[in-house]
Amino acid sequence: MDRRTTIKWMLAVSASMPLLHQRAAGIDASTALPPVPGQGYGTDPDLTRIYHPGDLWPLLLTPVQRRTAGALCDLIIPADSASPSASAAGVVDFLAEWVSAPYPHQQADRALILAGLNWMDSEGVRRFGKDFTALEEAEQHLICDDICCEQTAQPAFTEAAKFFARYRDLTAGGYYSTAAGRKDLQYIGNVPLKSFEGPPLELLQKLGLSPDEVQRG
Amino acid sequence: MPFVTSATLNKRYDVIVVGSGAAGGQSAYTLSMEGARVLMLEAGRKYVPENETPMFQTPEEGPLRGAATPDKRFGFYDATINGGWEVPGEPYVQTTHAAAGRFDWWRARMLGGRTNHWGRISLRNGPYDFRAHTRDGLGFDWPLSYTDLAPYYDKVEMLVGVYGNNDGLENTPDSAPGCLLPPPKPILSDLLIAQGARRVGVPVIAGHRAVLTQKLDFNTSPARLHPGNPTAQKIIAADMQARAACIWATPCARGCSIRANYQSTTVHLPPALASGNLDIVTDAMAHEITLDRRGLASGVSFIDKTSGKECHASARVVVLAASSCESVRILLNSKTARFPQGLANSSGRVGRYLMDTVGSSLGGQIPLLESLPPLNEDGASESHVYTPWWLYQEQLAGKLGFARGYHIEFGGGKRMPGLDTLAGIEWLTGGSYGKKFKEDARRYYGSFVSFDGRGEMIPNEGSFCEIDPQLKDKWGIPVLRFHWKWSEHETRQAAHMQKTFKEIIEAMGGRVNGAVQTDGAQAIQAGGSIIHEVGGALMGRNAHSSVTNRWGQTWDVKNVFLADGAVFPSNADKNPTLTIMALAWRAADHILDLMRRKDL
Repeated sequence: MDRRTTIKWMLAVSASMPLLHQRAAGIDASTALPPVPGQGYGTDPDLTRIYHPGDLWPLLLTPVQRRTAGALCDLIIPADSASPSASAAGVVDFLAEWVSAPYPHQQADRALILAGLNWMDSEGVRRFGKDFTALEEAEQHLICDDICCEQTAQPAFTEAAKFFARYRDLTAGGYYSTAAGRKDLQYIGNVPLKSFEGPPLELLQKLGLSPDEVQRG
Repeated sequence: MPFVTSATLNKRYDVIVVGSGAAGGQSAYTLSMEGARVLMLEAGRKYVPENETPMFQTPEEGPLRGAATPDKRFGFYDATINGGWEVPGEPYVQTTHAAAGRFDWWRARMLGGRTNHWGRISLRNGPYDFRAHTRDGLGFDWPLSYTDLAPYYDKVEMLVGVYGNNDGLENTPDSAPGCLLPPPKPILSDLLIAQGARRVGVPVIAGHRAVLTQKLDFNTSPARLHPGNPTAQKIIAADMQARAACIWATPCARGCSIRANYQSTTVHLPPALASGNLDIVTDAMAHEITLDRRGLASGVSFIDKTSGKECHASARVVVLAASSCESVRILLNSKTARFPQGLANSSGRVGRYLMDTVGSSLGGQIPLLESLPPLNEDGASESHVYTPWWLYQEQLAGKLGFARGYHIEFGGGKRMPGLDTLAGIEWLTGGSYGKKFKEDARRYYGSFVSFDGRGEMIPNEGSFCEIDPQLKDKWGIPVLRFHWKWSEHETRQAAHMQKTFKEIIEAMGGRVNGAVQTDGAQAIQAGGSIIHEVGGALMGRNAHSSVTNRWGQTWDVKNVFLADGAVFPSNADKNPTLTIMALAWRAADHILDLMRRKDL
């Protein structure tokens, strides 16, 4: 990922901020949250040590929030024959670290995500009389099917769909940036090589490419 | 003792160099290797890439999976410390916060400055770029030609190590034999982009970056770099041998502990220190050039940030290499009865004609790149290939509606997965979750390409900086106030970039991600965001219309030189760093010559 991509990512996040303080269509992100107690890592952190969630600022998710968070991220990334589920890869800890971080974008996400997790439970109660985590998987799917696509979600679910999109992005980001996620995607880099050989010829031929596509003077 | 403090520095040096990045590093290297006694003042802390670089760290080993935060604007592992568009305690003033009129000022307060994290893209200006005004009547010509600078481009490439090919394209110069290292092989998306681009008439050639694709030529180059100076040859030969070649892993933007790419801290400073002629004071915030009774510079006043005390260093010559805007700030803050508008500002042009690079970006998704077998595409991090500006003739004929060109940088490949790798793919998946999402992730991973246009901005009267009459930083130093304006040449160019990127993506059989901006004012990124700011103290042919001569020597004070981007009379689409280094080397040669002749 180049540095400008990182900035684009940040801008994309900030673009989603205006919705956070609105009360709309069933998601209540309007309740002012108390400020997080932690401090940022500053402009000169040690870049070579290994950090764990909770090392730099306290993790603020309650046990109930963690339970709902885990159920939802495992619904998004369940275990299969190739790789573990999101929670088994540490994504709940990552989400707790994220929403507890004393930075503006993370705090904007905190408002959205805490409200969204709360909504998932309320919606479970409204439809089936139980918290989201207590529902049968089929019931959980019925709720998620209504909010999993912002483009096609019914107007009543617009805000919930925004939450779900953000939650899925964070879940996927938290998951695929772990050893388990890298293995699942078959990422094989980040190892020293003696030479860089480029893609294999058979693959180029399959794609109708020549190794000489790049112009030489 | 090369790293000294304000208490232990010598009484007198030949040259004080303010700044330690591309310009400061090159100035200090050339001067000290050729025997001058040099003091370098760096506003940030000492930084040791060999120990501090997070080589091979994976995202989950850092906070927030390495996400960018206000403390680390390009992500946790980026090799910028105590830097960014905002630096705590060191404010500046924007005359407007509207996107069209703002300039954001990047600084990196650390030894080596932003050379520690930069993109390493190393392109030469071409012959046209030095006579921009003659060609199209806009902006300014340089007071030197490409042939004046070409030998210095050769030297810098040999010294720092730049990969690339000699492709013989218009205004895209070749290097002398033995200068360039072989470029890395293209990654898969590079080849697909080259094929698609060719279909729409856009060339793609090998990139040029300051990365060692093989070890430097330590047998032949030293004699070409320092003819007649066996001591310098021996030092640089040993240093070249000590630098490792690229190991094709771990991003360059983190810096490189094995010294396989260029950063001032790993390439310029070690041999300069080995010469025994360079002293460095870090945490030294230079703010004023002092004068003697004759009106010549006597030294530099700086604040020792470790004690907060005001200090002074003396020398025969002062070289400002603090970055374009910081060098301007030092000149404007060096106000005396003799120079009431600031030092070297009898033209009134210090701070004027600030430029950045025009930037616009677009991404796409390429079905041909879906569900491919595993590939290690880390390579040299980025830019194995690029597109140089190719429409010179159409432009000169007035067919484009904007006067200057741009080049294109490409992104793609199966990069180490991070927070954003599979974010925002709902437009492709229809909102999948569960096992289907995992299958989609495997399918789409590595199928994205991105296009970044980098174009020339023409200097204008509305883009400048000056000293704010009120605000001071935490050291009590008056701060800069910025004014910014794009002309239609830039905004139309940004719209043209968008159109070109769309054509290439579609020629690859791909889909554009998001909207193609046809309104250039929307397509263009804010001033300062590309971090290529140059200008502010232009070199020129005479004292009334420029600040320095063609050596970077100020017209008003003959022992004050500017070695950084401040002197650029134009900002070609080519990334400025290589040209900064070539100019700094040339200026240093001139300083050495004048000192030998006792003219300084």
